[in-house]
Amino acid sequence: MAKAPAGKPAAPKKTASTPAAATNREQPRDPVPYDATPEELEKFYREMLLIRRFEEKAGQLYGLGLIGGFCHLYIGQEAVAVGLQSALDGDKDSVITGYRDHGHMLAYGIDPKVIMAELTGRAAGISRGKGGSMHMFSVEHKFYGGHGIVGAQVSLGTGLAFAHKYRDDGGVAMSYFGDGASNQGQVYESFNMAELWKLPIIFVIENNQYAMGTSVNRSSAEDQLYRRGESFRIPGMQVDGMDVLAVRGAAEAALEWVRAGKGPVLMELKTYRYRGHSMSDPAKYRSREEVQAVRDKSDALEHLKKVMLDAGITEEKFKDIDKEIRAIVAESADFAESAPEPDLPDLYTDVLVEQY
Amino acid sequence: MAIELKMPALSPTMEEGTLAKWLVKEGDTVKSGDILAEIETDKATMEFEAIDEGTIGQILIAEGTDNVKVGTVIATITGEGEDAAAPTPAPAPAAEAPKSDTPKEDAPKKAESGTEQLAVKAKAAVADPAVLEGTAMVRLTVREALRDAMAEEMRADDRVFVMGEEVAEYQGAYKVTQGLLDEFGARRVIDTPITEYGFAGLGAGAAMGGLKPVIEFMTFNFAMQAIDHIINSAAKTNYMSGGQMRCPIVFRGPNGAASRVGAQHSQNFAPWYASVPGLIVIAPYDAADAKGLLKAAIRTEDPVVFLENELLYGRSFDVPDLPDHVLPIGQARIMRPGNDVTVVSYSIGVGLALEAADQLAAEGIDAEVIDLRTLRPLDTATVLASLKKTNHLVVVEEGWPTCSIASELAMVAMEQGFDNLDAPVIRVCNEDVPLPYAANLEKAALIDVPRVVAAVKAVRNRG
Repeated sequence: MAKAPAGKPAAPKKTASTPAAATNREQPRDPVPYDATPEELEKFYREMLLIRRFEEKAGQLYGLGLIGGFCHLYIGQEAVAVGLQSALDGDKDSVITGYRDHGHMLAYGIDPKVIMAELTGRAAGISRGKGGSMHMFSVEHKFYGGHGIVGAQVSLGTGLAFAHKYRDDGGVAMSYFGDGASNQGQVYESFNMAELWKLPIIFVIENNQYAMGTSVNRSSAEDQLYRRGESFRIPGMQVDGMDVLAVRGAAEAALEWVRAGKGPVLMELKTYRYRGHSMSDPAKYRSREEVQAVRDKSDALEHLKKVMLDAGITEEKFKDIDKEIRAIVAESADFAESAPEPDLPDLYTDVLVEQY
Repeated sequence: MAIELKMPALSPTMEEGTLAKWLVKEGDTVKSGDILAEIETDKATMEFEAIDEGTIGQILIAEGTDNVKVGTVIATITGEGEDAAAPTPAPAPAAEAPKSDTPKEDAPKKAESGTEQLAVKAKAAVADPAVLEGTAMVRLTVREALRDAMAEEMRADDRVFVMGEEVAEYQGAYKVTQGLLDEFGARRVIDTPITEYGFAGLGAGAAMGGLKPVIEFMTFNFAMQAIDHIINSAAKTNYMSGGQMRCPIVFRGPNGAASRVGAQHSQNFAPWYASVPGLIVIAPYDAADAKGLLKAAIRTEDPVVFLENELLYGRSFDVPDLPDHVLPIGQARIMRPGNDVTVVSYSIGVGLALEAADQLAAEGIDAEVIDLRTLRPLDTATVLASLKKTNHLVVVEEGWPTCSIASELAMVAMEQGFDNLDAPVIRVCNEDVPLPYAANLEKAALIDVPRVVAAVKAVRNRG
């Protein structure tokens, strides 16, 4: 469930600590879980399942040598991208993220075929095979990447928000980054300017607990990451990132604040990745039991499925959805394996836009 | 005895200034810290404070006087018990000294700088073939030309905005953005906190989002904090996205050696940026190119690193008096035609090359001087065509020699002009050390005209 904003830590700490002073500063309202219609529940489930199956397939193709380099899978974190992006206005809001970007693109309805074909480095890929897993963009969908340098998307996203405000187009930028990026200096440079100029941006920390192999408490002096904006007067929210309805509900509270011109909001989404940091992760920094425990107790898809069963959606329906999603993923994999590689002359194209 | 108040040097590059206003009059009593006068420098209007107590004796330079040289006695202050009204007698030794009209003689020994050898007097270059013959000209400083370029592009396109440290209310740390805030307002002329990495990234993001930012770095030394966004975000986006996402942004500011500011504030980053595919790198010398190329830089859809030079900001040149003077990116300019040797340079080095060419002409050596203007893409065709004619190549670069534009051009000559070389290419670069503070060491570290002359003679003697 979505937790209250700054000033009310999510869980009481064991150590004695001075409670945060009560503030009379205005805060976004307390979020409430989203009250989804059965159709919306099904849509969320479908999108989350697509991400999971797509990423599993990408992992397989990586194992077969069809995908190279770094490949960061989103498995476990599906509720975050789906819950947040379902609340955005696709016609005017913009999204930017780091290198773990497949899920955000799928959540935005971008064709799985061109994403998978980018992973396999084919001409039909969304970046014509020249970007790869970490560098994918869709200007058409206002999805601005896909950035490989940890934290860069936070400054860039602040620039997208600046552009929204400059044009007065009513759009909001959403900039995703991880618990690891939250220790980069430029994040705080961006926080400062975003609040100073009341830019319309939602900073989203996807706290999956590990920056590569370093856990949050081994890397972060303040491990309650939603509080990281406090010294910039940016209100924070801590949200259960394994519950798509909590995520969506929190997104609405954040959007209300930002759209009202009150400046940025920092959301910390507590989530978990089941797979390694990238495909070459030795996974020595956490136990199998830990991963299994999250899968058993907190899996986002299982959680949503329970909600849907309670709402009267039948097992039969789930089977149909599963079949349908598997077909989409299989089709994207076939496409990605069979599509031709870029032509060699493409090596030299798009270095610059203009001719000199 | 009366204390002489002298025209102060209020910036590292100030040689003269305007005595804008006296705030005291003869006979006034002043104490330390009182504001005596307002002085306009090349960068700003500054207040001139009293250091000593006493009475204002004589005011020797009237307010409103322009071009008052640093060191000129502008007033006298008499101490307690002295006769303020009496004209100050000339100090006795002055009678022995040769009388001179130039205040320089009286000036305290000004701290010297190696940059004086860089800032040779501007030459009249040959007309730019990109400018129609007979075009009316207007005399502008490089600083004014850059400001006009931004203002014209901002008038023409609402997507263009200027952002950086001190660009708005302060009117630019080097006065380049002077007046823009008044004309365009705070929406489009934006002061940032001191946060280079942050605002370079913000600018790149705004460009990806459809705007056309002009990001000023107070100097390019500070852009090192932001180089990740210049290279990883701005330069690569178009390629990585398969041509889908652009980043039309200009990063501009002064680059290269400044005067007596030491190693961290004095260096030429041109070769760094020029090595990066996906960037356009421009480094103009004169005011006409500064204006025409900055306008082109703002218009292009590609990311541009636009390298200015602080020592050139105050220099005046003829600029085409046109409503829209835009120059092509990627074209070098023959500044002086010649037949015996090709001297290639860019930015402040062009001035040295032109001066050296004049001196060489007196000795019967006819040098062709080429200003590269754009460093990426490099106009190798113009250099190679000149080499074909002269068979000798010297590269003049105010920067380190290692992995430089000079070394790149030497390689270009090897790969594509080898048969035209009568002698090995010679480069004239700064010494391969961080720039020292001490005046004598700074002079020794930086290139100068004699070194260019010597290099040309050496390359001629080899072939």
